[in-house]
Amino acid sequence: MGVTVEEKNLEAALGDSVILTQVDKVIGWGRKYSFFLYPFITACCGMEFMSAAASRYDLDRFGAALPRFSPRQADLLFVVGTISHKQAPILNKVYNQMAEPKWVFAFGACVCSGGMYNNYATVQGIDTILPVDVYVPGCPPRPEIVIDGLVKLQELVANERSSKWPRGKAQYEPRVKR
Amino acid sequence: MGRLIDLCKQKLGGAVISAHEQHGDETVVIHKDAMLTALRWLRDDEATKFDFMMDLTAVDYFGTRPREERFEVVYHLFSLSHNHRLRVKMPVAESDPAVESAVTVWRAADWFEREVWDMYGIVFKGHPNMKRILLYEEFEGHPLRKDYNIRKRQPLIGPEN
Ligand code: SF4
Repeated sequence: MGVTVEEKNLEAALGDSVILTQVDKVIGWGRKYSFFLYPFITACCGMEFMSAAASRYDLDRFGAALPRFSPRQADLLFVVGTISHKQAPILNKVYNQMAEPKWVFAFGACVCSGGMYNNYATVQGIDTILPVDVYVPGCPPRPEIVIDGLVKLQELVANERSSKWPRGKAQYEPRVKR
Repeated sequence: MGRLIDLCKQKLGGAVISAHEQHGDETVVIHKDAMLTALRWLRDDEATKFDFMMDLTAVDYFGTRPREERFEVVYHLFSLSHNHRLRVKMPVAESDPAVESAVTVWRAADWFEREVWDMYGIVFKGHPNMKRILLYEEFEGHPLRKDYNIRKRQPLIGPEN
């Protein structure tokens, strides 16, 4: 949970019978080990997600194993696979339905930047429609780098201030409601 | 020349613009105005009996052919009873990208024609539901046309995309 030198000294002065910390740190520590993820899977990266989530690589070791198939019960949005313009309003809706606090994990080159699909149909990176916390490149990314991304997200979450929330709706408002 | 080409030439006469055969696969190019009658005849005649329209698509010859025959709509026909195939093509002008719908001949043409409209902007007159099938209605332009700018971004996502 990380305590400063002064806190350590104070704890010692009090006979080590109390623990001093900050509310944000306790909350961050709790959150980082209990992600409930919503897999938004549209393309080939989904195979690699299955591999990373299943027993061999086992995301459960990091407290992020249980996929919720309702965005209202999830706090980590895994966007996995190519997002087309037609899909974008749906992704937007899913993001807006999730309860705060919520994080977004961009899984694969397509999600980060459009990947090899620089064309009329593909969104050139989902950060044009919603805020992204971790980018994991690769086509598809190996499970090791997915886990690395998850650990980086845990660090980010552990050090967050509660004033960051609520983050509000996605920055992009689709012209067409679907 | 192949048997089907000869049959087409006999029956359709001047409507056949050209024909060729490659490895036993026969192709006839038919004039746009005669297309619907020709397709109906190909389906109904005992000798041809093309009861299965396998594929309908289009080609854009932008820059390689004169503008009056820039597009070509292509039908791939198969006969289940005779086990033979025929490719039928028709040139379409850039200034008038509209052809008769083949939905009344084969119901299967429905979605194919919508796809051709979606990607090439060729209208099928008489189609019961002529709207985009793969892209969304707000999409601007027809992306498989060779003069569609590959850097073009669609407006739905916003300017920074
Ligand atoms: S990044 Fe590669 S593997 Fe992943 S969805 Fe895109 S094309 Fe498929």
